[in-house]
Amino acid sequence: MDKTINVTLKIWRQAGPKAKGEFITYKMDNVSTDSSFLEMLDVLNEKLVKEHKEPVAFDHDCREGICGMCSLYINGHPHGKDSETTTCQLHMRRFKDGETITVEPWRSAAFPVIKDLMVDRGAYDKIIQAGGYVSISTGGVPDANAIPISKDIADEAMDAATCIGCGACAAACKNGSAMLFVAAKVSQLALLPQGKVEAARRAKAMVAKMDELGFGNCTNTGACEAECPKAVSITHIARLNREFLKAKFKD
Amino acid sequence: MWLIDSSIGRKFIMSITGAFLVLFLIFHSLMNIVVIISPEGYNAICEFLGANWYAVVGTIVLAAGFVIHIVYALYLTLQNMRARGKQRYDVSENQKSVEWSSQNMFVLGVIVLGFLVLHFYNFWYKMQFAELTGIQTGLFDPANGAAYVSDLFSSWIYCVVYIVWLVALWFHLTHGVWSALHTLGWNNKTWMPRVKMISNIVSTIVILMFMSIPVYYLFS
Repeated sequence: MDKTINVTLKIWRQAGPKAKGEFITYKMDNVSTDSSFLEMLDVLNEKLVKEHKEPVAFDHDCREGICGMCSLYINGHPHGKDSETTTCQLHMRRFKDGETITVEPWRSAAFPVIKDLMVDRGAYDKIIQAGGYVSISTGGVPDANAIPISKDIADEAMDAATCIGCGACAAACKNGSAMLFVAAKVSQLALLPQGKVEAARRAKAMVAKMDELGFGNCTNTGACEAECPKAVSITHIARLNREFLKAKFKD
Repeated sequence: MWLIDSSIGRKFIMSITGAFLVLFLIFHSLMNIVVIISPEGYNAICEFLGANWYAVVGTIVLAAGFVIHIVYALYLTLQNMRARGKQRYDVSENQKSVEWSSQNMFVLGVIVLGFLVLHFYNFWYKMQFAELTGIQTGLFDPANGAAYVSDLFSSWIYCVVYIVWLVALWFHLTHGVWSALHTLGWNNKTWMPRVKMISNIVSTIVILMFMSIPVYYLFS
């Protein structure tokens, strides 16, 4: 038989973007420790629907830790306390019997709450639209080693590319800064020959968009890296600074 | 102007002025330990840095560095508070890898600035200010720095106050030095631990040199 625990949930409920929110407490009994955190919330919502109450709105999609859709600030950490884990990969076995779990939405001026635990992360899409791409078609997959790229650089670009754009970095940052996200996107392209051509223009456009959308200024605390479900390193921020300053001094 | 309008531009100004102030602190601490080795030598430096034109120009440039660093700190902090939003987290837990100083740079800066005002009253007002204006503001000759130092630190309270100030400055510097290099783009995976180590070594040496003076007077 699988083990079960009883937990108390303190969940942020907010009817809409302009409505005033508050914490509502729910008791959850006999939660299977094998269930994921989101499955536990599904059970809660089923219960709420049966009682003819409004279910809790939260974002989720693939539930296998790759799409970046799930969010939730659980007990003071984005995606919960586990490192390198998204909320959907967080399991109830990580909680103690009788524990009170506080669940909040991302809180950042650039991520307004849509409803309950769901926030509008469209700001990240707008930053990508500002320059997070390669403007020319690079054609089909080239033959291996047709363009020689060192293992170090390939690894570094790949590490940056693991960013799933979930928004945990800005949610964790005391300054509400999106620097880790922007740095990952600028890095992954600036390191490779296909993206290098537009590196200067991209860094300037993406940083300008980030500032315009009301994200804060990075103070290098490293909270983003500690909370990032993909452990994207803040050394990418140093690269973004370098790319941006180089571009500005060239102008 | 990108140095005002863009976040990285503003941070660039913070790091440049910060690095400049660190250079000044290195000079200031080196100058200070002379008072332990030779009070006459220290007075010779005080004489050299009195109301001479190069000392006055240096002071103005230095003051500008301080003012820009503080004005930008205010601007950045206000913007960051706004970016965080009105609704704060109910439960918020710190991550182990995040240095305490990195999250309290503004508070540390305010503490450092507060003590700096006292420090100006203790020394600058009685020395350079007195020499420039010709008004006698202290007990001794404006260039007799050694006398002012030994007079102030004959009180153990002042020794403790200065040591507390230096501890706050140490915390500010340990994050500030590596953070400035990081913002200037001089960092990567290999250099990250090195840059942090350099930052710790530089701030510790500077603060130990400063601290040796009140400690020396406290025990002599």
